[in-house]
Order: sequence, then C-alpha cells, then structure tokens
Amino acid sequence: MEEKSWVKRIIMPYFISDNIISSLGFSTEENFNSLLKGEVGIKEIEDTEVYPDKFLASTIDKSRLESEFGKLVAKYSNTKNFTTLEKLIILSIDKSLQNTEVDIKSGKTAIILSTTKGNIDLLDKKRSEKFDKNRDSLWKLGEVIANFFGNPNEVITISNACISGVIAINTAAMYINGKMFDNVVICGGDLVTRFVVSGFMSFLSLSEKPCKPFDKNRNGLSLGEAAGTIILSNLPPKGKQKIKFRGGASANDANHISGPSRTGEGSYISIKKALIEAGIESDKIDHISAHGTATPYNDEMESIAITRHSLQSKPVNSIKGSLGHTLGAAGIIESIILLEEMRNNTLLKTMGFAEIGVSNDINILTENTEKDINTCLKMASGFGGSNAAMIISKE
Amino acid sequence: MEDLFIGKYCHIKNNKVFVDGKLAFAGEETDVLKSFLKNLYRFLKPSYNKFFKMDEISKLGFLATEFLLEDVDISKYEEDVALIFSNSDSTLITDNKHQESIDEDVNFFPSPSVFVYTLPNIMMGEISIRHKLKGENTFFIVENFNAELLTNHINNLFLTNKAKAFIGGWVNLNFHSYEAFLYLVSKDGSAIHSAEEINRIYTNIEE
Repeated sequence: MEEKSWVKRIIMPYFISDNIISSLGFSTEENFNSLLKGEVGIKEIEDTEVYPDKFLASTIDKSRLESEFGKLVAKYSNTKNFTTLEKLIILSIDKSLQNTEVDIKSGKTAIILSTTKGNIDLLDKKRSEKFDKNRDSLWKLGEVIANFFGNPNEVITISNACISGVIAINTAAMYINGKMFDNVVICGGDLVTRFVVSGFMSFLSLSEKPCKPFDKNRNGLSLGEAAGTIILSNLPPKGKQKIKFRGGASANDANHISGPSRTGEGSYISIKKALIEAGIESDKIDHISAHGTATPYNDEMESIAITRHSLQSKPVNSIKGSLGHTLGAAGIIESIILLEEMRNNTLLKTMGFAEIGVSNDINILTENTEKDINTCLKMASGFGGSNAAMIISKE
Repeated sequence: MEDLFIGKYCHIKNNKVFVDGKLAFAGEETDVLKSFLKNLYRFLKPSYNKFFKMDEISKLGFLATEFLLEDVDISKYEEDVALIFSNSDSTLITDNKHQESIDEDVNFFPSPSVFVYTLPNIMMGEISIRHKLKGENTFFIVENFNAELLTNHINNLFLTNKAKAFIGGWVNLNFHSYEAFLYLVSKDGSAIHSAEEINRIYTNIEE
C-alpha cells in the first residue's frame, strides 16, 4: 500500500513534441500519413560501399537531408563539418523544438541520445579523414550535439542494443519525476552502414523480402535507418492532446546473449514492473506496440510475454514491416507512432502480416482501425537478453 | 524509504585487482591484457566455459563481477538487481575486429560471434546469465567516469521501486589501456550511497 501511494505522488512527465526522420518522411505527420496509406519504406539497394551484394533496407533520402540541413546550419550560422548521423540528429532535434517553449540552452534541459553504433561508418578510414580524432566515439557524438545547440549539460548516450530508445525515455522520465530537469530531449538515431548490414547478414537474420512481423512466413528482419526525437516535460503541451508517461522498466532474460528467452521472461518482468509503476492492471491496456522484428524467435517470445499478461485479445502492431529495424532509433520512433495513434484514435495495421505465425494467438492488427485508446504499452527486446517496456496514457 | 549503502567494490587496472581498495591479485606487469585475464581466470577458477568465447571487455567485466559476488549472495534479489554500467569507448576493440573482416570486398568475412560483441550491453548480458540476474540494465557512454550520473540513475531506480540491489560502475577498454571499477549498492553496507562517496572509493587504491 505504501509503495502505491508514493508512486501516485510523483510527477509523471508529458510528451510535448516529437519528430521522425525516416524513409517515409521528415516529420511525425509525414511518417504517420505514409503508414496510414500502407507505404513500405524497405527497398532493394545496390550500394557496394555498404554491402558487396544487393540487400534490402529502409533508408533516408540523403539529398533531402543535405538540403534541409543546409537551411538549418545557415540559421545557426554554424559551418563545421558534420557526419550524416550528426546531421540527422541535429535536424530531428531542431524540428522537435519548433512550436515549443523549451529552451535548449537552459541548464534545466537535458539531452539524452540513444544509439547502438553512432558514427561507426567512420571506422572506415576513407570516411574518417575529414573529421577529428574520437569522432567515432559515442561520447563525442554527445559533445557535438551539445555544442551545436549550446546546451550546458553533458549529453548522455545510452547504448543498450535495440532497447536503447525505450530505456532512454524511461531514464528521461525519471529525470523529470526526480525534478532534476524540467525538459528532456531524447533523440535516437542509427544508420544503415556496412558495419551493421554485414553483421546482421553474418547472423543470417535478414529477410529476403520486406519483413513480415508475426506472420507465418516471416523469416528475418529488415534493417532501417532513422532519427527520432521526443521531448518530455514537467508541463503539459499547449493545444495538443495531453499524453503522459506512466511507467517503464527494463529486465534481462539471464538466458542467452543473442536469442530471446523461450518463456519471454525478461519481457514479462519489464511489463510487470511498468504496470506496477503505472499503478494499473494489465486489462487497462488498450493497445500494444510490439518490438516485432519478424525474426522467428523474437515474435514468438513477444507473443508468450503478451499472453502471460493476459493481453492476447488486445490489438498489437509492429511498424517494422514498413520502416525496418532502426536499432537505437526504434524505441523512439515506434513510441512516437504510438503517440500519434493515440492522438488520432487510429490503430495502424502491421504491414507484411497476413496469417498468424506465433504459437499464442495474439490479436495482430490487419486493418487500420479507429478506436478510442487511452492507455498503451510499448515493448522492446534486443541482444544481450535485454527487454524493456513503457506505458503511456492520455490524461 | 530505506537508505541505500555502498557494499563491496572492485578495481582492475595495470594488471592488478583491488577489492575494497586492497590488493587481491597481481599479474605479471608485462603481460598483455589477454594473458592477464587468462591468469586471473585461473586464479578465480569459476569453471565457466562460456568465458572463453567472450571478447576481452566482457571478460574484464565478468571477472570484476566474480570478485564482487564471491562471498555475496545477490541471487535473492533476482529480478530486483540492476546493472548500471558505463564507459567511454563502447566496444572499440571488437568494433575494429569486425571492421577488419569487412573492410575489403575480397576479404569479406564477417563473423556473428564477433559482431554480437559490438554492443556494450552484451557484457551485462553475460553477467546476468552467470549470476541469474533479471533486473534493469542500462549502459551509458560518457567521456569520463561520472559518479553523479550513476548515482542518480541508481537512486531513481530505487525510488521508483524498480530495483533493490545494484552493480554500478565503469568498464572500459581501448588500444592504450583498460580499467574496470564495479561496486555493489543495496541496503547492506557501511557508507551511504552518494556520488561523493563513489568518487572517493573510485580513487581509493592502496598500492
């Protein structure tokens, strides 16, 4: 009893602004509208710099990035050299700051980055020549971003495989409810690089067609690149649906470093702890945004965790069938799409899904569906046996 | 709310291991890290075959945790043990190893057993498997050891009822040096958990 009353006293932060840059657009709206239309950003790519053979991935329009970034740096009168990922992160943060009163230069504003590999493309000597030493380091990425925006705090980077994004949001929420900061800007980003494509290829985990989350014929994931930014604040947004962070947790399977638990243990625990923090029972969940990578084991594991919480009738989707697995950005951009589903009371179908292919009969969305939704669950899992969950609600 | 206390802590650097600031093992000064870690494994005798397939930074974090949990029963906390690790160079050495296998199209031969270790949290996965720890995991990358960052995160997780016991610290490896510093935080211990005290023990080595 004592624990629950304590939880109710703390300030739960609001989601006040966001942005997604992906193959499907350079704003949250563009991305959401493309997803509504059932567009798929995963395409065949021939680029021997990235991979010796043809491969599938969801990639960002680099000429649009250069053009939009060019206009942005003119505004900040900054003429330094930036890497592709830095440009993406800076542009995404800048866009998310528009129409907010968040002072990015304030000591009460923190920036958290979420990435698995950052500027890893600079390990290739041909690419690193233009940049200073350490530029491939993740802490340096944080420094570049802090300096660009003139933020006085040390930018913290979270690198925790594919759950980085959800952990970053959970961490930011604790910063606000602990009154350490008034606003936290959380940006996730990762690129489709030779490093990552060849690694997943060696794991034989890439699908030959755009990936099919939870489908009977799914046979692997599709990679994607994206940057996404969420701003959490102690104050509600003006003139916008008020959606609050309610609870979040991570948990380890303690089972295998490159395969999920067969009982969904870590995922189950992370959801359980997120529900406890939110102070709600699982039946209050209206909709679930799954990790849904479309690898045989991940989706099976998630169906088990969902069923263990008696959530098998709740509508579930995964947007990886459209945008691929965007690694450190995934937890952020998928949470933003979830926010957008809540703002529009519209649930998105899972692209690539046709017939249930997991042993627990969960409710995968096959059509875009209008529905009043108040409380939603975001799930994430990744290498290292890591799992995370987050619960958000309309106020 | 009860207070949190700092328990045991372990440093590994310059081919020496210190537990609670006192020398616990000294390797050959001239040994490369690989040999030092092998000798340290022989000294501890964990009889754990998975050790041999780990990359060097995971081995380093793994062995530091072996010292930390040698006579501490943390398994009772199971899903309430959080691992909050940090470093500045992520998985630099293993990243370079993977990069060498993909640099040229003619010698293109990436290996999944190398690639999986190009994520810094894999070390926490290995430790979780070894000690059956099912709690929170977070890996932070910052330029230098940052006691405030770790202390705040641990306190926040404790205050939001997400963990009761913690292994916090720093495990870093680059081309020039390595360092592991891990510590326990729970309701057991003598010093109150604070960034000031963490900074004090971080530099407390009785050479």
